[in-house]
Amino acid sequence: MTALLRFEGVALTRGGRLLFEDLDIALEAGEALQVAGPNGSGKSSLIRLAAGLLRQERGQIERSAFALADDQAALDRELSLGRALAFWGGSPGPATDALGIAVLAEVQVRLLSSGQLKRATLARAAASGAPLWLLDEPLNALDSDGAERLSKLVAKHRAAGGAVLAASHQPLAGDWTRLELGE
Amino acid sequence: MIGALIARDVRRGLTGATWIPAAFFLLVVALIPFAVGPDVPILQRVGPGVLWIAALTAALLPIERLVEPDRADGVLDQLAVRGLAEESIAFAKIVAHWLTFGPLLLIAAIPGAALLAMSGQSFVRTGISLAVGTLGLASLAVAIAAVTSGFARSGSLASLLLLPLAIPLLIFGAAASVGGHPSALPLESAITLLLVAGAPFVAGAAIRGART
Repeated sequence: MTALLRFEGVALTRGGRLLFEDLDIALEAGEALQVAGPNGSGKSSLIRLAAGLLRQERGQIERSAFALADDQAALDRELSLGRALAFWGGSPGPATDALGIAVLAEVQVRLLSSGQLKRATLARAAASGAPLWLLDEPLNALDSDGAERLSKLVAKHRAAGGAVLAASHQPLAGDWTRLELGE
Repeated sequence: MIGALIARDVRRGLTGATWIPAAFFLLVVALIPFAVGPDVPILQRVGPGVLWIAALTAALLPIERLVEPDRADGVLDQLAVRGLAEESIAFAKIVAHWLTFGPLLLIAAIPGAALLAMSGQSFVRTGISLAVGTLGLASLAVAIAAVTSGFARSGSLASLLLLPLAIPLLIFGAAASVGGHPSALPLESAITLLLVAGAPFVAGAAIRGART
């Protein structure tokens, strides 16, 4: 089986500080990996590295098609949620249903609460249809209902042959392999 | 994706305050008769240059909303995730910016030319040179918006960067407007071409650089 995401001997420095080195990750279909660690240990940087938005100092990174959900919603604030999600393509319908925000389709993005916006961000990633999801602090601003819906969505995605890499300092519900940074 | 991005940026421009640069342009032009007096020969003589100065200052106004909001909101990251090169993103932004900036400015130049008592011939020459020049100004504005995005008080910094860089365009554009030398318009077009071709690479590198 080929990995959807593979890190080989990856090292990353930011602002002259070595965040991690000799990092190996192989994430295959159906797998989920949680990157944990204290603030500033490089969790978000690892996600951005996996997304190709940062360059590694050393090592090799291979990735399949992926979707990224971080703290930036990237949804036009003056549009309704439905239209803002539609800009990014895919089929947002099932994802907004699963995250409980289908009823908000006509509401302007600027009026959403931070929790609703987080759900919308996750829905945007889920709607892309990409096999690999990169989630940065997916539980930020989510209430318990949102967290539960997210874990169901992740389980469904894995059952369908997807893989998830999530950075979070909070425990994630479900069956996750853990990678501790900053030890 | 590029077409969708251009359409989105044009829509955002139109729902935002597109008319502000054009209104500002007209306001600057309207101040000139108060400042130099309503002397028709003087107004006719300075007319083309005044329209150019007004266009340059109007080009400064939209800079802050060209790139920074999309950087702060993660739109640039998501476009990159979808495999769009930063240079293509910048090119789309230049096209969309010109579409919401150039035509309106040219329309505002009609009453502007009337306020300066410009002749029909002088107005046509200035209109052509402004049509070419606004494309160069739009490219420059997007490049500078990308370079300064993420800085505190990026608006004033962007003005300090744009005005000197626009001087070659101003020299040949204003010369083409008064019909001074037959090679003025080709040279202005060449400078615009250089800006349109170079700006996406400058802006693309700046967008990538802002991530690290």
